[in-house]
Amino acid sequence: MTPQSTFMVAAAVRPDREQDLRALLEAMNLEPGQVDPANPMLPFARYDRLHVARFVILRDDTLGDLAAYDTALPDAPVWLVFLGDCDGAGDDMLAQFARTAEPGLRQIFAHCEAPPGDDMLAWMRRHAVSPAAQYVNWYGRTVCQIREEAALRGFLRDSLAEIGPLAVQPATSLRRHLAEAARRGGPPLSPPAATPPGWRLQRLLWLARTLLIGVLLSPLLLLSPLLLWLLRARERADPVIAPPPTPAHVATLSRLEDHDVSNPFSAFGSVKPGRFRLWTLLLVFRTLEFGTRFIYTRGRLARVGTIHFARWVFLDNRRRLLFASNYDGSLDSYMDDFINKAAFGLNLVFSNGVGWPRTRFLLFGGAEREQEFKHYLRRHQVPTQVWYKAYPGLTAAELATNTRIREGLERARMSESEARQWLALI
Amino acid sequence: MSQQRPAEAGDIQALLASGFASLPEAAFLLLRIVEPQRARAWLARAPVTTMADLGRHQPTVLQLALSANGLRRLGLDAAALAAFAPEFVAGMAGDKARSRRLGDIGANAPTHWRWGAAGEPDILLLLYAESGKLATWQGELTEALQQSGLDVASVLATSDMGDKEPFGFTDGMSQPRIDWADTRVPGTPDDLDYGNLVATGEFLLGYPNEYGLYTDRPLLPGAGALPRATDQPGLADLGRNGTYLVLRELHQDVRGFWRFVADRAGPGGAEALAEAMVGRRLSGDPLVPPQDAPIRGIGPDPTDIARNRFTYAGDADGLHCPFGAHVRRANPRTGDLPGGRRGWLGRILGALGLPPADLRSDLVASTRFHRILRRGREFGAWVEPERAMRPDCPDPQSGLQFICLGASISRQFEFVQNAWLASAKFDGLSDESDPLTGNRMPLGAGAPTDRFSLPQANGATRRLHQLPAFVTVRGGGYFFLPGLRALRFLAG
Repeated sequence: MTPQSTFMVAAAVRPDREQDLRALLEAMNLEPGQVDPANPMLPFARYDRLHVARFVILRDDTLGDLAAYDTALPDAPVWLVFLGDCDGAGDDMLAQFARTAEPGLRQIFAHCEAPPGDDMLAWMRRHAVSPAAQYVNWYGRTVCQIREEAALRGFLRDSLAEIGPLAVQPATSLRRHLAEAARRGGPPLSPPAATPPGWRLQRLLWLARTLLIGVLLSPLLLLSPLLLWLLRARERADPVIAPPPTPAHVATLSRLEDHDVSNPFSAFGSVKPGRFRLWTLLLVFRTLEFGTRFIYTRGRLARVGTIHFARWVFLDNRRRLLFASNYDGSLDSYMDDFINKAAFGLNLVFSNGVGWPRTRFLLFGGAEREQEFKHYLRRHQVPTQVWYKAYPGLTAAELATNTRIREGLERARMSESEARQWLALI
Repeated sequence: MSQQRPAEAGDIQALLASGFASLPEAAFLLLRIVEPQRARAWLARAPVTTMADLGRHQPTVLQLALSANGLRRLGLDAAALAAFAPEFVAGMAGDKARSRRLGDIGANAPTHWRWGAAGEPDILLLLYAESGKLATWQGELTEALQQSGLDVASVLATSDMGDKEPFGFTDGMSQPRIDWADTRVPGTPDDLDYGNLVATGEFLLGYPNEYGLYTDRPLLPGAGALPRATDQPGLADLGRNGTYLVLRELHQDVRGFWRFVADRAGPGGAEALAEAMVGRRLSGDPLVPPQDAPIRGIGPDPTDIARNRFTYAGDADGLHCPFGAHVRRANPRTGDLPGGRRGWLGRILGALGLPPADLRSDLVASTRFHRILRRGREFGAWVEPERAMRPDCPDPQSGLQFICLGASISRQFEFVQNAWLASAKFDGLSDESDPLTGNRMPLGAGAPTDRFSLPQANGATRRLHQLPAFVTVRGGGYFFLPGLRALRFLAG
């Protein structure tokens, strides 16, 4: 099994170079919102381990909201962020970029403070930022597997159309027929690679560490009435800052959206000042990370099945938070999914962000306040200048279906009803 | 007509409660405001029928809606206008991103529209009349409008096809029922199952919606004659008792549709294939057997029960009704949580997505947030399906002046159109948009959307390829259907 991992490079943009940088990034697109996968600066399509990647300029127009807490981040930079998700180690991916796309990356990062010297990889490593939490839709499913399985489904559909869906009965015979055809003339299906040594051990160590933290923190349960009181006092007092986004901001964003069945989402904002919120966040991210590593590893994050990859990243000494995801459908349906299927999860994290709609007990309210929530999300969203997805036109639900089809094809035997269900997937 | 009547019936345009079935003639007038001053005077007296008039005999009915352009022309101040929904202010054809989401690309692109491409007309008048009474009235009205600084830019004629739409299907019998009396509290475990009784605030501004909240709308200081905002009593509510109205002129290729199904299924199977594509029988009966358990907001009328007491929960493999069938997309009849009620522990686990759902379940959003009230009328000549299949049948030039009402264009009409009808990926499907209304344009990546899949009992799905587009958009716009006091205020 090849596990997926993330990479992210963040560097402060030189204020006098921001406009040039925007123009440069736009040159990687065919049209706004539509990357040229073969663009000379970073020809994404050449990297067959790369699932998704993006360049985002994090200019935070909501930074002034901190004034509600009588505080400010006057030195907060505008960040350039280069992030993505890949098969295998993220550091290897960066190394490969540095080896094969050095000139293009140099051109881009030259717009940042302290731009790269001779050693591009060392520079990127110095600017690498790990996420506080991340989500992978399906651990172990590689780009290669996704493409092969999509080709397999196409092949099986064509074969079915040739045979005629009713010509061969029963379903088990039809499945054998198709399996035989796939063996003779179907697309190649690579066997899964060996799990990298140490990966499972790392997972176990992470789990052990998390359990240990849990045990060490458990005495806090005795303090829970006090903590709840502290929480409620803050929830009642924290200002809500969720005015409608300006039409110009929304137009800038939506111009980039819905060119594929999936979209990138990048949002940025400030964490509420003070240790209480920060520690809450750290605890929530641990819990979330436990969920995404051990429970939600096969196609869904709680009830939401439309997210390919997502991450939560602290910047500026944990005073600001970036949320970046890749989701299916249009933003409106993404937001509705959030409200109706995952409001509590969003509240856990984002109610620790400045201005979030009012919550109760960290779980309730908040994202359920539909219009405030939608305004908040849009207002904190920043345009994703360049976005690449290795399998345009395919949703997470289809990837899951394709994987089931392949698994079913490779199974030694099936009952008649299993075979019928399998055929229906094609 | 509605049995219940809201407290402010006299302030609500009758269209909210009725499609005026007893008035078979109708015409929709698109107006341009030439002289705002005189136009305001006419609007102040416009004889608009309200819900309070519904019990009485009405030989003619006038309903009136305004676009953002119209409100601007009437002099509504910029801040108040900006407090309407952004999609209403921008307009249906207002930007390319919206057109992309609505599927208004290719042959459906606004550049090909007969009207609305350059922005909504200022005012939309809906005229309904008893048989034989429309022409005279419309003539008199047009004259009066001209003398009032209002120019009739276009007339959208309609024709009476009874309860059928041009393809030949019985239409309009599944509508959400508005909970005028506020009998239910949205968001209780009852909503884990599908229900058809929907909060007033989903269809009228100024009332709590399915989230128990008020949809954004302009609230003004002072403004005497307007109703108060119930959530902010210090302010006047310009939206209260009003709603948004979406109008789309949809041309239907009736001959193309019936020839296609006859060609793919043979004359003997044409009807069955057409019914599978629609998701109902020609008669209007559902393809899914009705359930025994009652559904809130359906019945007690036995016809309503026969036609609407069903969900797709018992048709998880799409053998009765294909997943992609038009009515299954337009109203998937899903509740808040698949599987419905299962105790508090079950609900908590359900919210956490445990145990993990099947591949196909829980892909479709909860329906109660995405309902629309349809009030369209047909146009063109009526032809029977058998005749439409014959090569000598002339083009009936027919279609639908699609109208729907809702308090949130983006969460209702646009969502249904984008995520459910136009989406090639609805409910786990991969390469098919709505079999009736899809534009068949390939996705950005070149993947097709012109298929239609029919699950078969033996497992393998029957897949039709290369569906032509049967419906073309030829115009459209977003309007505000104001309450009567709001209308008089705007005319003030």
